[in-house]
Amino acid sequence: MTAFKSSLDYLAGQLRQIGLFIALIAIIIFFQVVTSGITLKPINVSNLIVQNSYILILAVGMVMVIIAGHIDLSVGSVVAFVGAMAGVMITQWHIPWWAAIVLCLIVGTLVGMWQGFWIAYFGIPAFIVTLAGMLTFRGLTQIALQNQQISPFPDEFRALGSGFLPDLGGGTSVLEPLTVGLGVLATVLLVAQGVRSRLARKKYDVEDEPLPWFLVKLVFTAGMILLITFLLASYRGTPIVLVVLGILTVGYSAVMSRSVFGRHVYALGGNAHAAALSGVKTKRVTFLLFVNMGVIAALAGLVFTAQLNLANPKAGDGFELDAIAAVFIGGAAVTGGIGTVTGAIIGGLIIGILNNGMSILGVGTEFQQLIKGLVLLGAVAFDVYNKRRSGSR
Amino acid sequence: MTTNILEMRGITKTFPGVKALQDVSLAVERGQIHAICGENGAGKSTLMKVLSGVYAHGSYDGEIVFENETVAFKTINESEATGIVIIHQELALSPYLSIAENIYLGNEQQTNGWIDWNKTNREASKLLARVGLKDNPITKVTDIGVGKQQLVEIAKALSKEVKLLILDEPTAALNDEDSAHLLDLIKHLKGQGITSIMISHKLNEIKAIADKVTIIRDGKTIETLDMQKDEISEERIIKGMVGRDLGSRYPDHTPHIGAEILRVEDWTVYHPLHHDRMVVKKANIHVKAGEIVGIAGLMGAGRTELAMSVFGHSYGAKISGRVFKNGVLVKTNTVTAAIGHGLAYATEDRKHYGLNLIENIQRNISLAALHKLVRNGWVDANREATVAESFRKSMNIKAPSVEAITGKLSGGNQQKVVLSKWMFSDPDVLILDEPTRGIDVGAKYEIYGIINRLADEGKGVIVISSELPELLGICDRIYTLAEGRITADVPRSEATAEYLMHHMTQERDKENR
Repeated sequence: MTAFKSSLDYLAGQLRQIGLFIALIAIIIFFQVVTSGITLKPINVSNLIVQNSYILILAVGMVMVIIAGHIDLSVGSVVAFVGAMAGVMITQWHIPWWAAIVLCLIVGTLVGMWQGFWIAYFGIPAFIVTLAGMLTFRGLTQIALQNQQISPFPDEFRALGSGFLPDLGGGTSVLEPLTVGLGVLATVLLVAQGVRSRLARKKYDVEDEPLPWFLVKLVFTAGMILLITFLLASYRGTPIVLVVLGILTVGYSAVMSRSVFGRHVYALGGNAHAAALSGVKTKRVTFLLFVNMGVIAALAGLVFTAQLNLANPKAGDGFELDAIAAVFIGGAAVTGGIGTVTGAIIGGLIIGILNNGMSILGVGTEFQQLIKGLVLLGAVAFDVYNKRRSGSR
Repeated sequence: MTTNILEMRGITKTFPGVKALQDVSLAVERGQIHAICGENGAGKSTLMKVLSGVYAHGSYDGEIVFENETVAFKTINESEATGIVIIHQELALSPYLSIAENIYLGNEQQTNGWIDWNKTNREASKLLARVGLKDNPITKVTDIGVGKQQLVEIAKALSKEVKLLILDEPTAALNDEDSAHLLDLIKHLKGQGITSIMISHKLNEIKAIADKVTIIRDGKTIETLDMQKDEISEERIIKGMVGRDLGSRYPDHTPHIGAEILRVEDWTVYHPLHHDRMVVKKANIHVKAGEIVGIAGLMGAGRTELAMSVFGHSYGAKISGRVFKNGVLVKTNTVTAAIGHGLAYATEDRKHYGLNLIENIQRNISLAALHKLVRNGWVDANREATVAESFRKSMNIKAPSVEAITGKLSGGNQQKVVLSKWMFSDPDVLILDEPTRGIDVGAKYEIYGIINRLADEGKGVIVISSELPELLGICDRIYTLAEGRITADVPRSEATAEYLMHHMTQERDKENR
């Protein structure tokens, strides 16, 4: 009885995370029903991942910036700028595609250093610096492309956006073996890691989430991974961007929750003065965050350009808003200090599924915008309401 | 016909899981100054929020009778309309508006629907005269000191035809001079028929001006003492607040003083914005292992500025001087370097500079020494939790677990988290800036015990405090600081409050001459 009650208390404390998950599931089920099963068709799931990958990649960088209490409005323009540079390098300068990718990531680093310098060391608010960046890099994009589009790109480059890992079954098997292998491996690792850290916590006598909840979560996540594995394996296998995205998510989740740098980011966003007086090099952390954002934006730019097979002066328009919305739907606080990488990914998926589902249903873009806006408002309103209820003293 | 202006009967207020007030009664006589005291978290502020309508009628049980009429305030505006005005501890003035604009904020003086600035400023001047302020009403609030801001708040209350003035810790942020002025004013207002309720930790102030004092403990009224009828001592009030005799307000301590560990020489600091204004002037201080050294100074004397500039140049500009650690010249020009040389600075302003209030206890404690928890390049969260848990126990931090958010803890417990953070960084010298500000008597005693323990471990402790009895009670040696200069360095045995005050005001006298 008491164990049950403490479980309930625990769940109440995790309301936001659970709510996010439930919202995601509910939206998937809703669209699965109203689209008569198209949503979870293998081809649609594959497309969903591929077509939202660049927003999800941007959201990973954006959530870190927002946790630190900043914002980055320039990422859409940086996506376009990097795409333009890739186009110029590959088709006009005839640089090999792999070298162009490396150079584009360096361009992203430089963009990040430029903006990070003004924000961290010169003390201009990120909103202003990146608003300026939004204009500057859009302008540079148009200059680089001389207002023309560049197309096509070599196949190897395009694989980054729309390619799949090689089919080990030679195209004959019902389920693509490599994808099945990767999916099973990911599931095993997930379960092993979950059990291992739970045992470690027990060993250290650290308070932990209730066992039933732990099991439910574990079984549920493992089930999700296996379901996606099954769906992907019965279509064309694993999209290359999914691998990129998976590495980014796992890597940056670890950085944010378990590295000194990640902890410093949370401390900076929670109370910059207190962080500085505790020895956190706040300027350097801010600078590095924007450098990181620059690299991630460049990566998103490469993926986007590769997917469309086109460098376009208008590319990436409004991406920053989608990424920011994903982060806030994912539970980050506007004032900084709160948020998670996985939350941002789920937030991005919610937006992606809304887009996808409404497109299947033939809902016009005007209504898509309207509904996305209301979802964002509703998610943050839920947060604020929750906070007020728990802090009503 | 009763002479009571206010009666609160059987007030009970529950928050989810906590009974904040339980059957509390309070009777305030017309034209008196009624003090309310109790430990932090005892329910004083909650009671005042019930009275002023911050907690709407219906969210609590019990009855409030004001001027012989039962009242049921739904909002703070309703209580203000009947003449009850509350002035909160954290002042609610808008810094970039003028004094007059602040006074009439929400109550703008209008003619034909437009703000009448002449009338606003004229009426504001009259109110300022009543509270003894000579400043021009068009001065921006940010340009006047905290003491004067407090007076502006009172002027604002007067503009609302206040009958019952509630002051929550009105002198907490004020220096002695401003405090004395404010207390005089409250007495003066009493002469004009305004009843006051004053929440205060400062027993000498209660003794000086209150007619009655009601003591609240654990959400219950304990007793109401008549300050005029009986000769009530401070010890008597403390006994009521903590529910026991506090043998002494300061724990006994025999110092074991070793070699010098920190010396600061010729330390000079200029104001960060006004580069021609010297804030600290060629200060020399030192502290030995096992020694508790006090720094006494009035507000604005440069105490915090001295400490923060030594700690990683966190304050000021054009800093010059030398820092020696164990006799060796060291550089402490970044916080990281200062921490590396074994310094720690616990701020006077926990909320703005000390804690990440939206983060839990565990992560606040680990922040200054995260590197100690790193294993294979990653922070070991389990060891972190173990460390935090051991501090929670040894420091007696009252919280359900180390996962509790620090913003929800009481002042005393927040301070213990700040101290834990610095103890975990294992410094050789701790600078504690107003370590007991805003903390109740019981928790203060615990903090003093912790300070003694740190000294016994061979650390040097520097305590900055506005409360002279506190310095005299716990320090082995005391510096006085006046206008940025060290004016005296006396061992505890030779120090008295008068002696310290004399040196704290020395420099000013000289300039006045």
